[in-house]
Amino acid sequence: MVAPLLVMPSIIVLLAWMIVPLVMTLWFSFQYYNLVDPSARGFAGIDNYVYLVTDPDFWVSLRTTLVLLASVLVITVGLGTLLAVLFNQPFPGRNIARVLAISPFFVMPTVSALIWKNLLMHPIYGVFGALASMIGLQPVDWFAQFPLASIIAIVSWEWLPFALLILLTAVQSLDHEQKEAARMDGAGPLAQFYFITLPHLSRAIGVVIMIETIFLLTVFAEIFVTTSGGPGNATTNLAFLIYARALLQYDIGGASAGGVVAIILANIVAFFLVRSIARRLEV
Amino acid sequence: MATLQLRDIRKSFASVEVIKGINLEIGDREFVVFVGPSGCGKSTLLRMIAGLEEITSGDLMIDGKRINRVGPADRGLAMVFQSYALYPHMTVRQNMAFALRLAGVSKAERDRKVDEAARILQLEPYLERRPKDLSGGQRQRVAIGRAIVRQPKVFLFDEPLSNLDAALRGQMRIELLRLHEELKATMIYVTHDQVEAMTMADKIVVLRAGVVEQVGTPLELYHHPANLFVAGFIGSPRMNLMPARVVKSSGTGISVALPSGPEILVPVEGAGTASGDAVTLGIRPEGLRIEPSGAIAGTVALVERLGGLTLLHVTIEGGEPVTVQIEGSDATKARDQIRLAVDPAACHLFDKAGQALPQRARHPLAA
Repeated sequence: MVAPLLVMPSIIVLLAWMIVPLVMTLWFSFQYYNLVDPSARGFAGIDNYVYLVTDPDFWVSLRTTLVLLASVLVITVGLGTLLAVLFNQPFPGRNIARVLAISPFFVMPTVSALIWKNLLMHPIYGVFGALASMIGLQPVDWFAQFPLASIIAIVSWEWLPFALLILLTAVQSLDHEQKEAARMDGAGPLAQFYFITLPHLSRAIGVVIMIETIFLLTVFAEIFVTTSGGPGNATTNLAFLIYARALLQYDIGGASAGGVVAIILANIVAFFLVRSIARRLEV
Repeated sequence: MATLQLRDIRKSFASVEVIKGINLEIGDREFVVFVGPSGCGKSTLLRMIAGLEEITSGDLMIDGKRINRVGPADRGLAMVFQSYALYPHMTVRQNMAFALRLAGVSKAERDRKVDEAARILQLEPYLERRPKDLSGGQRQRVAIGRAIVRQPKVFLFDEPLSNLDAALRGQMRIELLRLHEELKATMIYVTHDQVEAMTMADKIVVLRAGVVEQVGTPLELYHHPANLFVAGFIGSPRMNLMPARVVKSSGTGISVALPSGPEILVPVEGAGTASGDAVTLGIRPEGLRIEPSGAIAGTVALVERLGGLTLLHVTIEGGEPVTVQIEGSDATKARDQIRLAVDPAACHLFDKAGQALPQRARHPLAA
């Protein structure tokens, strides 16, 4: 009799924070609900979903979401592994270098996006443009010419320190006698990296991929601050598409349908990810 | 197959010299044990031979060739590490075949060599397992197997048994000796355990603070220790060491007096000692026996009964503690008053600098 009462508070918090928004999203996704047209209310059936999947913008945004996710994962994990091995070598000033390499993680996304947009990538005021004109090249208008690549660069810059931090601690936990045994067995630096260090890191790499995926599916601030999803729909990912539907077009029903699709997508990715990583964690 | 020469080998870390000029000859098929207390440099010396540590100065020769600058994989050595250092993500077979795989040996040849090593080490049922699914002793054997498949000229062991329990350690000692017999290879073995050193070595090298204190067969070190350090380090229970004074030196030996009075005639060469000199008298625990007419009186403080042996911890007149080892089980109890007789042949004398005075007669087994 007492037990249900005692778990009540947690259930209420869970309801308030998770179940209620989820159910409301599901509910709205089956409603005609546009803030600028209050007269058109009522049950929509699957109209919102039909409208969504027949909209070419939706498929582009889905593709953009996955391209962004995959590219940032490849860059951060690849570079992060190499940097982790590098920062594990003794060299003068190593501690300061480590702090500097990790510090971008502490800059909030809106700020780092602004820094990249105005101080680095701007064709007139930016450092890259200045460097290009210094050697006589035409400055590149990054967000106009390579919008998605620019977003990928910014997000990678933000997430590389995280990958580096996790992988560096993993590299440090490698038993040095194992590496010495490999040296005795005739393994050069490359073979040691491939046969000893990389398998040792596989677990940490799995953790990095899992955590980054959760956050990279919902990248928003960087896009909002720099390109606002443009030019056209070149940098619109699913999160930004939902934002645009809800708060630019005031179409709550359509946005909710997008939100439900985002939940399904996240669950599909999570399913494969958790399965493959759980298997690896057993080793 | 392989001989090693070390000529004035030195090693410094920054400004601290940890290996201070070591000269050593290791013969073909010899089982050599480096022994010493922690921090004496024995592991560093082994790692220098392996090529894992750079040699600051001196010459390291294998079969007469200087190999100071040769990489660890090309010296023809294999090492068994204290932590075993097995590759956790590889099966036993892959672990053992790793060096051959890197060397580009064909799959069939690799399998043949691994199967051969697995047969010698009785590892055949475990070849497809991973290290985490093996017991400590099995991991140890895999580590040895990884060394065997490379058919090295010299095997290096860095305290390989220190992570095993006592029973397994005794068993692995015998297996290693059998392996040495079977492989006919030169082996260098580092340990801080003098029992391992005594039971396994053809030749023991006693190290202290980066210096070789004495090199010899186990019985040479036991019966003719060169100095106080070796005398105290080799032998269990420890040799009893007590201060004494020279009474007179004659053709048959030196008579010394303990502070409490009793005189003992020790059969050592006495040239260079004068009566009145302070010396240290060393008596092995088995060189003392209980005898009503014995020269030394004492009180039993503690009795350790091991069944086959009995160890008496006795406080003799003058307060010195000594250990007495008696064959078989003995009825003596704590607080008993006893008298001890000394076997002169089990006595050693050390001068003020701690150097042993040479025995007049060599032990027949330590010639």
